Parts: sequence; structure tokens; C-alpha cells
Amino acid sequence: MNAHPRSRLDNLLEELELAPDIAAVQIASERLRDHFRVDHLVYHWVSAAGDQYGCGTYDQAWVERYLEMEYLRVDPVIRGCYQRFHPVDWKTLDWSGKAAQAFLKEALAHGLGNQGYSVPLRGPNGQFALFTVNHRCDDASWQSFTEAHRRELILCAHYFNTKALDFEPDRAPAPARQLSPREVDALTLLALGYGRAQVADTLSISEHTLRVYIESARFKLGAINTVHAVARAISQGLIVV
Amino acid sequence: MLRYLYADQLSAFPRLANSMFLDRADQFKTRLNWDVTVTAKGHERDEYDDLNPLYVIWEGPDGRHRGSMRFLPTTDRTMINEHFRDILGGGTIESPLIWECTRFCLARGAESRIAAALMLGGGEIMRQFGVRHFSGVFDARMVRIYRTIGSSPEILGQLGTGRVQISVGLWEFTDAARALVAKRAGVSPALYELWFRRSFGSDMGRQALSA
Repeated sequence: MNAHPRSRLDNLLEELELAPDIAAVQIASERLRDHFRVDHLVYHWVSAAGDQYGCGTYDQAWVERYLEMEYLRVDPVIRGCYQRFHPVDWKTLDWSGKAAQAFLKEALAHGLGNQGYSVPLRGPNGQFALFTVNHRCDDASWQSFTEAHRRELILCAHYFNTKALDFEPDRAPAPARQLSPREVDALTLLALGYGRAQVADTLSISEHTLRVYIESARFKLGAINTVHAVARAISQGLIVV
Repeated sequence: MLRYLYADQLSAFPRLANSMFLDRADQFKTRLNWDVTVTAKGHERDEYDDLNPLYVIWEGPDGRHRGSMRFLPTTDRTMINEHFRDILGGGTIESPLIWECTRFCLARGAESRIAAALMLGGGEIMRQFGVRHFSGVFDARMVRIYRTIGSSPEILGQLGTGRVQISVGLWEFTDAARALVAKRAGVSPALYELWFRRSFGSDMGRQALSA
């Protein structure tokens, strides 16, 4: 199989995916922060009713202060990301109001960096969450960091959100995600040891399209990479080889 | 000029929004006779307009809509996954790196470069937001338009034949494709970046965060 060797990020995401409880998710967030070499990495969930929970590497004193002061109402990141689905650089947000400026000052005093990049997530029933990386550095360094890691950060965000949804009590089990026949074909051929070019050729599709089928199947299976997706599909009886 | 607006931002542009939904009714109901709903105001709207999608809109000098398209993430509800699964042979398209693009609309008499301009607007979304592909549903007529623009999708599945054929397709946007479409649109890439920044916030927070 023409799979890439497992990267460190793959391993970390797998740890996150297998995390049995919030404590393990917390550890995963710390390891991911170290992996990306940023000051902070945070997942923050806000329910439709305004309940919040999260995990990450902000100072506990800041988290408590944030909750106590109901900064949810002031935080420009929340205001700027709510109802959105594109990743947001904190620089593009409006920090000009008096309350926002005081909030920022306090956040910096609690050890947050001046740079931030947040991925908004929209889940079922009005669920809203944010995945954020935060760092202290100059604008140029931050821009090259976010450009280089944008897609990885988006994927991380979805891993955290999937995990959080799993933990939610009273949650109806997620409907089993159905693989499309083409996705099944693609994974089956990969499982049989075909290379990507051969698979594409066999299915009379371009490698480009094949990539999309694999990507979509991978996401539905909650798999880290192609090898993992194939393994999962086999273990769940979705493909037979 | 291009504007990128989420549904909850449309109220700040009433003329633009009104003419977009009117033009959609004109295109999808009057001209194409699709089975779509037109409201008392003459607007073509569907359930996905209520999910706060992101619209990319070409605004004419008079402030009216000349063309538009609509985006939603495929990790949430989408038209393909809810209505066109049969075209894909069952199954769905879901990925944080794929957004669905629907309701590609051109106002009556819109110059062909506007279609190209919209495509470039979509390309800018991919470049800036880490989106790898767009998925979309379109009819036979659009196949020719996409080809003319220089941005043909890869067909994932089709239903029916001839003029009523419906396809599900997938776009990627390479730098080469971008350059070609930019030529058709007759707008410099720098201007695209400017419009994009204008919609998604320039660096208004730069000063505050440099503290």
C-alpha cells in the first residue's frame, strides 16, 4: 500500500481518538501543543444553552476567571467565530472595544500569547465549539505557521469535536456512517495491496477523485490515515478481503 | 466586486440580498424549471439557506447581484448528502476539507467573466481556509459554463440524460487552473486578495495584538 509512514501527528491523533475520558483528552491536548510547538492549544465547547466545557493548556486560573466573569459575552474570538465555519486568525477580529481591550490585557497577563488561530465547529442541535492554537511571536512567524499547518489544525479540531460529542451524556448514538460503494471499492482494492494508481485505473477514475473517496471514507471511519481506514473498514465488516 | 457574506450578514446588504434571491428564482424556477420553492417575495430559498451558509456574490456597480454561489461544510447537513445520495450510488461526501458549493447562479445577461470571477472567489476560499475540494450538484447547462471558465469539475456521478441530466462533481483548484480562470475573469489576483480581506477582516486587530 502506498501509504505514508505514520507521522507523529497521526500517533497523537490516534491517542486522542482512543482517549477513554476527559483526563486523557487533556493529555492529548498537551502533547499536541508540544507537537505544534505553540504556547497553547485549547478546545472550548459552548452548548446552545450556554454551558461550557473544554480542555487545553490555558492556565487554570484564567479558565476560572473566564467562567466567573462570563467572558463568553466579551471574548472577540467567540463573537467572531460563532455561526462561522472558516478558520479565523485573531488579527482579523475586532479587539477595539473597551471591554475587549481589558479582556485581552487580562488574557495576556494570564500567559496567553498575542497570536491566535481558531477553527469554529458546528455540531448537531446548535452545538458550537472552537479549537484554538495560541502563541507569542511576531506576525510573520505566525503567518508562516498557520499557512504551513492549516489543514492539520482543521483536522485536529474535528478530532476534538468528535471526541467531545462522544462524551456528551444523553447523546443519541451517532448514526452509523455509510460508506459509498465507490469508497468501499477503493478501500477494498487498497486492502488487497493495490497501489493508488492501480486502484484509480481499476475503478476508471482519476487519482484525484480516488484521493477524495479515500479522504471521505477516512473521515467517516474516524481513521487517522489510509492504513487505519482500511483496518477499520475490515474490522467493522464494511469491506471483505 | 466580490463579496463573501454569511447569511446572517445579508441584512446589511438588503439590495444585494434581495436581488440574489430574485435572480435565483429567475434562474432555477423560470428558466430551468427546477422543482424549487419561491416565496411570496419572489425569492428562491431552500432549507440550506437557513443553515447560515457562506455566499460568494458578485455585486454590480448598481449594488445588485450579478452572480453568486453558496457554501456549506460537508461535515454538517448538505444537499448532496441529503438529496443526491443516489447519484453517488448511495453513501455521502463528508470531510472537514471538502465544502459543498450549490446554487451557482448568474443574473440574466451577466457577462461570462462573472462566472469566472465567482470561481476565483471559490478558489480564494480554498487557498485561505485550507479547503481541498468543493463538491457540487449541477445540471447539464452548467457543464458547458464550467468548461468555458476553465474550471471543469470531476464528475462523481450522474442521473438522467441530455438537458435534464444532474451531476455531482468535485473541484480542485491548482495554481495553473487559477491563473487560467483569472485570465478569463480579467481581474488581477491582487484584487481578489483585497476583496477577500475586505470580507473576512483585514488586519484590524493587528495593532491590539502586537501589544
